[in-house]
Amino acid sequence: MTLLLDAVLCVLLLGTALAAVLGRGVFRAIVFFIVYGLLLSVGWVRLEAVNVALAEAAIGAGLTGILLLTTYGKLTRVSAEAEPDDAGVNLPVALVSVAVAGALAWAWSVLPEPTRPRAELAEALPRAGVENPVTAVLLSFRAWDTLLESVVLLAALIGLWLLGRDEDWQQRLGVPQHARPGGIMTSFGRVLPPVGFLVGVYLVFIGADEPGGAFQGGTVLAAVGLVAALAGLIQPPRIGQWQWHAGLVLGPLVFLLAGVAGALSDSGFLGYPEAIAGTAILVIEAALAASIAVTLAFLVIGPPEKGHRE
Amino acid sequence: MTALLALLVVPLFGALAAIALSGRAAGVAVWAATLVTVAAALALVFPVGPPGIVTLELGGWAPPLGIALAADGLSVALIVMSALVMLGAGLAAHHSIGPAGEGGRMAFGFWPLMLLLWAALNAVFLSRDLFNLYVGIELLSLAAVGLVAIDGKARAYAAAIRYLVYALAGSLLYLGGVVLTYAAHGTLDMGLLAARSPAVSDGLALALMTAGLMAKTALFPFHVWLPPAHGSAPAPASAMLSALVPKASFVILLRLWLEAMPDRASDGALLLLALLGVSAVVWGSLRAIAQTRLKLVVAYSTVAQIGYLFVVFPLVGATGGDLTFRSDAWNGLVLLILSHGLAKSAMFLTVGQWMNVTGSDAFDRLRGLAVAMPISVFGFALAAVTLAGLPPSGGFTAKYLIMTAAFVSGQWVWALVMAGGGLLAAIYLYRPMAALFARSAPPETITVSTSRQLVPLALATASIALGFLAAGLLEMLPSGLPGPLAISGEGS
Repeated sequence: MTLLLDAVLCVLLLGTALAAVLGRGVFRAIVFFIVYGLLLSVGWVRLEAVNVALAEAAIGAGLTGILLLTTYGKLTRVSAEAEPDDAGVNLPVALVSVAVAGALAWAWSVLPEPTRPRAELAEALPRAGVENPVTAVLLSFRAWDTLLESVVLLAALIGLWLLGRDEDWQQRLGVPQHARPGGIMTSFGRVLPPVGFLVGVYLVFIGADEPGGAFQGGTVLAAVGLVAALAGLIQPPRIGQWQWHAGLVLGPLVFLLAGVAGALSDSGFLGYPEAIAGTAILVIEAALAASIAVTLAFLVIGPPEKGHRE
Repeated sequence: MTALLALLVVPLFGALAAIALSGRAAGVAVWAATLVTVAAALALVFPVGPPGIVTLELGGWAPPLGIALAADGLSVALIVMSALVMLGAGLAAHHSIGPAGEGGRMAFGFWPLMLLLWAALNAVFLSRDLFNLYVGIELLSLAAVGLVAIDGKARAYAAAIRYLVYALAGSLLYLGGVVLTYAAHGTLDMGLLAARSPAVSDGLALALMTAGLMAKTALFPFHVWLPPAHGSAPAPASAMLSALVPKASFVILLRLWLEAMPDRASDGALLLLALLGVSAVVWGSLRAIAQTRLKLVVAYSTVAQIGYLFVVFPLVGATGGDLTFRSDAWNGLVLLILSHGLAKSAMFLTVGQWMNVTGSDAFDRLRGLAVAMPISVFGFALAAVTLAGLPPSGGFTAKYLIMTAAFVSGQWVWALVMAGGGLLAAIYLYRPMAALFARSAPPETITVSTSRQLVPLALATASIALGFLAAGLLEMLPSGLPGPLAISGEGS
């Protein structure tokens, strides 16, 4: 039975991937890409990598999907030519892609079966302060990677804001949204955010011991903000409103300060004393989730544009 | 140790402050972070002075679980060069783009991106962990793409998007190789990888990582993104992008081939890298000769100069027999990276100042500037001397060391490339120099003060001084040559 399920999943994954790459039309490609991401997260669950599955569903399928759809919407607004002519397959790109895929398939066939859990991890995990090994890797063993990743998001957001026009710089962020009062979007905007907020906060807090964490929870929180903005319940801010800027930097700042505090004590940069490691990680995760939520929401909303109602 | 930590965290603190604060506070924070980071870079020179390498295991977790950083001679050389270039670019941007926290879009974007770029550079130069390096070059690429787009014109956006596509494709290929390496060996640490028992998939992993890093380094034929990107960015950004950003991915390449997997560095593979380098020298120079805008000449010159770096691979990676020449080749390579970085940043800053005055970088608009702006023209000329490899510059000493190594090793063909490339550089730099020194009425108003003209002159002077100081400098960087054949304490 499980074999059948896996076989069907593999066929669907390949099918949606091919449809996204080879199919006609940008919109269809985006839809297939989102479906592919959701199927992929099911695949991660089958591989017992629930953390990755959550991240794939939230960021790979959800957030990337909405970014692509927003871009598509903007392109169709700018010109009717958003659908490119059917240019056919780009042969050099296709050949390189097939070659790389073939090489990776070969490597997969010759690589050894992974042993898990690794001895070093099993030995170190009790000292990390959290039970979820993924959180231990992200926030403790390889915290420097995660710290830099959280800053990468900021670099991306600044890059995006730079795409705004000079004359619109003081305007509110994003395309103005007009939701009909009493319409479906407005009702959604009232029902979904409280539920989403609870789910997001839960994902952050459960991340210490069970699958979840700052990135997954932050993405859900970003979605909450976006639904409220789409429903017209909150107005997107302007660049320069200090509360929002503080929200953007809170997570990386708390992370950095914790790291430096470790360096000043005996634990070393980005090390936490064993007694308070669990608490420290939770505080960092909560701050990171807040900043990730604000950053991701701003990435979807886009650079400042004119035309907002005041 | 403190200096090493400061190099990692201070630019990040500065970037966060530049985002969160506004007005004067932002400007003060940015400059405080800049000066502290420069001081930390200089302080790092001393503990690394003979003997030894400063290492740090982050969070107290040793590899393979944790991430190890190490400052060796190569790291320190590049970190100090980055600090000088950043200081120069920051001073130039303070006037041409505007202080942090004041003004509009450009000033808001430039300062955080500059500091994030700097943090990423320091992180990459210090890290010995393949995945951490991936995160580092991701941050580097995103900040760099933002700096290209900062100009706000359609041409800059097009160049930024093209750069982004190349950089992301490069990241993916590199990440693919990292995944294969981890799957085969269960570690990402270069030190542990050097002691691994080879796996059949290592060749593929190294090939994928190399291809990805070549795209990010803009090695021919993956260079097509570089000239429009460096040509469209504002001058202080171009200075950082050309002097520093390609060097980060190149350093990872060096460490991969010489430190992590020297056993896979077959003669054929090294020859292939060198031949791509030769193609880059020839093609980049020919394209530079064909340009009519100075900024594009300088940008194509970067394509050619990156080629030299790859030409040195068969010399530093040689195995078997008498290998004393490797040390010369290595020292020459490090000097070449430094002198190119200093000279190229000086060039972009001078071109930026001239564009401020004349409104264009077309050759015929530069006529007579030698009279009107002698200081910055002198800076450009000094930088040109280094790029063409004429004595007594850092570029000359670097090429001299490499050519000596090439003759001693019997691979004299690489010496021909070094000399021929210098000749081509002299040709493509002749036309702008001729225009600058042409007898012509200079522009009426010079809006660039003398003190601002001194900034690029200082960088260019440093690139010349490298030629004089080479012996002492190389003695301070004894832990240079990586790999099992490391020779310590041998200067030129």
